[in-house]
Amino acid sequence: MENILGLVALASGLIVGLGAIGASIGIALMGGKFLEASARQPELMNDLQTKMFILAGLIDAAFLIGVAIALLFAFANPFAATFLANLPR
Amino acid sequence: MAAEGHAPTASEYIVHHLQHWQVNWGLEPVTQKAIVDFNVINLDSVLYALAIGVIGCFVLWLAARKATAGVPGRFQAAVEILVEMVDNQARANIHNATSRKFIAPLALTVFVWIFLLNAMDMLPVDLLPALWAKFHEASGGDPHHAYMRVVPTADLSTTLGLSTSVLLLCLFYSVKIKGLGGWGHELITAPFGAHPVLWPINFLMQVIEYLAKTVSHGMRLFGNMYAGELVFMLIALMGGAMAASFSGVLLPIGHIIAGTVWAIFHILVITLQAFIFMMLTLIYLGQAHEGH
Repeated sequence: MENILGLVALASGLIVGLGAIGASIGIALMGGKFLEASARQPELMNDLQTKMFILAGLIDAAFLIGVAIALLFAFANPFAATFLANLPR
Repeated sequence: MAAEGHAPTASEYIVHHLQHWQVNWGLEPVTQKAIVDFNVINLDSVLYALAIGVIGCFVLWLAARKATAGVPGRFQAAVEILVEMVDNQARANIHNATSRKFIAPLALTVFVWIFLLNAMDMLPVDLLPALWAKFHEASGGDPHHAYMRVVPTADLSTTLGLSTSVLLLCLFYSVKIKGLGGWGHELITAPFGAHPVLWPINFLMQVIEYLAKTVSHGMRLFGNMYAGELVFMLIALMGGAMAASFSGVLLPIGHIIAGTVWAIFHILVITLQAFIFMMLTLIYLGQAHEGH
């Protein structure tokens, strides 16, 4: 029970960090392919751009949901509340 | 939430700002105990969403009333670009002209409304809550219990309500276009095939698909807006921390830089998320029109 705050802090860091790695790899792959595709067929660029932005939003969303949950743990920590409630008086 | 007699700590500040103005059906203040509680209304989300919806409708009505067939003014041209963009996306996704008469305006409403709701994030994070606390104090209440969150889309109730409405429309159009029998047949034969052994598996897959669509549709918007709001609060805390320390004289500069960068990035996020919500609404409704 004592190191619960430390573990939650580590977990928040891992959520943000691993999520950022995943989202970055996803955006990088897609952006690279988009540039390749539009260099090959510039007339498709506008169509592809719309789709790329949608997908960028979808990729970003999973990461940002993770960030929201991590920040929630960091500031309004439900585990710490339980911990403090169970402290011996 | 903050204890009386001293300035709130960072954690108390955040917790206070994440608390909704909650009332029950009789408009008496309550606090939420369970995660799902239908006796609790987040009154701030409801009021802001309604007010902004009315403003959005009014502005578009203004453009429609003054529209001319001649050379359009700047305002009319902007609204025309917006309507045309939504109309093009509706044409590309919904191939049924009768349904489009309802779905294209729906998509426009969804886009404009969610964009404006998200844009509430651009207001200074403390402006409206601080005014509300002052008002609450002036009318004899305790300012520490004046809760207000100004971004309705950073409330899971709002976003899941929107995505559930889209789900209900999907079910409605599935029945309307394919008939109850046709849709029922699709529910138990897609995606794996019509063999009777596969019926329960197919049905399970369909239920999971509908659930996953709806939950991810709402969670995506909520997650983005919630994270954005929290980061704005952290940036606000950075400037506020200057008052608490002697060594932090440079913190306001960091506050201004970080706030500017995040606000500019957030303009992209709010537009993109509104656009994605509209596109997914159209795509899901388009799927409801097509047989597997």
